[in-house]
Amino acid sequence: MRSTKWQILGRLTPLIFLLAGGARKLITERRRTMSKSKRLVVSFAIGALFMALVSFLTPILTTQAQAPAGASAPPGPDPTGNSTGKASDVAVKNPASPALVELMDTIGHNKIAINIVWTLLAGFLVMFMQAGFAMVETGFCRAKNAAHTMSMNFMVYAIGMLGFWICGYALQMGGVGAVAALGGTPPLNHEFTISLFGKTFGLFGTKGFFLGNSVYDVGVFALFLFQMVFMDTAATIPTGAMAERWKFSSFVIFGFFMSMFVYPLFANWVWGGGWLATLGTNFGIGHGHVDFAGSSVVHMVGGIAGLAGAIVLGPRIGKYTKDGKPVAIPGHHIPMALVGTFILAFGWFGFNPGSTLAGTDLRIAVVAVNTMLASAAGAFTAMLFMWLRFGKPDPSMLANGMLAGLVAITAPCAFVSAPAAVLIGGVAGVLVVLSVFFVERRLKVDDPVGAISVHGTNGAWGVISLGLFADGVYGDGWNGVPGPIKGLFYGGGFSQLFAELIGVAVCFVFVFSSFYIFFKVLDALIGNRVSAEVELEGLDIPEMGALAYPEFPISPGFAESVTTMTVPEPARRRGTLTVEPAEN
Amino acid sequence: MRKIESVIRPHLLDAVKNALQEVGVVGMTVTEVKGFGRQKGHTETYRGSEYKVDFLPKVKIEVVLPEDRVDPAIDAILRTAKTGQFGDGKIFVSSVEEVIRIRTGERAALAL
Repeated sequence: MRSTKWQILGRLTPLIFLLAGGARKLITERRRTMSKSKRLVVSFAIGALFMALVSFLTPILTTQAQAPAGASAPPGPDPTGNSTGKASDVAVKNPASPALVELMDTIGHNKIAINIVWTLLAGFLVMFMQAGFAMVETGFCRAKNAAHTMSMNFMVYAIGMLGFWICGYALQMGGVGAVAALGGTPPLNHEFTISLFGKTFGLFGTKGFFLGNSVYDVGVFALFLFQMVFMDTAATIPTGAMAERWKFSSFVIFGFFMSMFVYPLFANWVWGGGWLATLGTNFGIGHGHVDFAGSSVVHMVGGIAGLAGAIVLGPRIGKYTKDGKPVAIPGHHIPMALVGTFILAFGWFGFNPGSTLAGTDLRIAVVAVNTMLASAAGAFTAMLFMWLRFGKPDPSMLANGMLAGLVAITAPCAFVSAPAAVLIGGVAGVLVVLSVFFVERRLKVDDPVGAISVHGTNGAWGVISLGLFADGVYGDGWNGVPGPIKGLFYGGGFSQLFAELIGVAVCFVFVFSSFYIFFKVLDALIGNRVSAEVELEGLDIPEMGALAYPEFPISPGFAESVTTMTVPEPARRRGTLTVEPAEN
Repeated sequence: MRKIESVIRPHLLDAVKNALQEVGVVGMTVTEVKGFGRQKGHTETYRGSEYKVDFLPKVKIEVVLPEDRVDPAIDAILRTAKTGQFGDGKIFVSSVEEVIRIRTGERAALAL
């Protein structure tokens, strides 16, 4: 039966070759002489002939596929998928009477497989957020610094990953214990602790340096990938706040410091079983500091690091007039920044739903919807605010608004209802604009892309909103505290809110002081900031050796006629230099 | 021979080019330029901060013509580049001493 199909084909083969050869000869001979209309007719004729041939052959060649599948017949194709995956796919010793434990093993293996595949895929999405950050930050910078800004965002992935591999992962997750969703991660079993007031405070993990042989485990590796891309998100945030004036050498050292020490320590305290997570079991403060996907652990850490860095660096030349009024320095590529924002919003579907570490935890549907709702609300309220206040819906603020909504919903995404998610995102959209003005006008800190406001301010708002809006549906047993997580507005009292506020305060104090001291020391050793000449010329050639756009003349939009200007050092430091056209 | 340099609004380039072709202009050089005149610059806001745009984008068209074609060409530019608002631009007319076509070495009127 089976062979008839091939026999027919075999018999037809010479005919097909003959036809093809003839047609080719005909075409090459006639092409020049044929008129346009005649060529059209011939094309149609060939097409009609081909269709007739196909409709003639189809029934002959497909009859075999529809043979009824009997008990003994070999399995046919399964176009609907309904019968793919059978008892015969489960490995058992005796198929006639499988043992219960064999079936349980298979079910357990499949469950963990779903979770690990889910965690990895979500991690791949978060990895792609690096591209989003690179585009947002570069788009908001000037063309003369585009290669430099892009390169920082590019290399933070490589530098951060190596630092995290060396010791960051071990310090963060080395004592996390059994991550049940990933099959137990048995090797990550030691946390360095100290005892105070008769309670144990976890400070950092001690297993998993260099991902050595003692942690050679699929669950540990899956967790490494996922935690690594999260750390990288935090590490790439300061490159925006400090853009257009940061020495590349200083940035490289920062990348290691962030990925090896500061981020892993705070992440250990919240996610690795450290002392902020155990505030609940130790002192009865809510469920301890709860941060589902990293509003504080990832975003606030990045934002506060950026704040410390931007303060030490000082504002870009020309950012403030002599009397301290901020001057706008428009970004060179708004479409790039908006596409980058979309990539980030897409990657966030890995960031938040992936943080279940379990595809079998179907709360991921709620998490994903809350995430997208908050991003929409944030973009919308930011648009309205700018429109009403300045008459136009500034595109750069639309992007910041959407990101603010995403950052804010990152902590509470698993614990709140959809209306609360919209409210949290909506507040974030206005908060980010007010924060940008506050940072720029009151603090006089120059943040070219709004990273401090998007990630720092809204990271704090995100964990606080969890303490307000957690609706008591999800999170039973979180951090070892029985019962679901309830916020202030859902009958949970101030307890959870208090835990969140402790987390915010610790994050601010620890990260800010660490990085302020770090950048001050680095300033004394190698310097953080490029020279005024380099800054005015653009960092691309002096720092990187390549222009982002070598074949386009860069029109001096903002800092025209500055090339002949000399810049006094104190003015540069204070950033109060005004750029005025050179006198003729 | 005279050179007509006209600085015009960028979006009117096509109209001016077509009008010049209609009066027999067969070649031109176009440059994107920036500058200001009585229109001055204007103020914009970006992320809530104001900034001044001092130099506005314009397009400069250069054509070199024999004497008898100059007035029709100027009329064509005036007709198409004028909106009546500040910022319409200017026309500069100057004498040209010599023109040489690089391909053939032809000079003066032959080279136009």
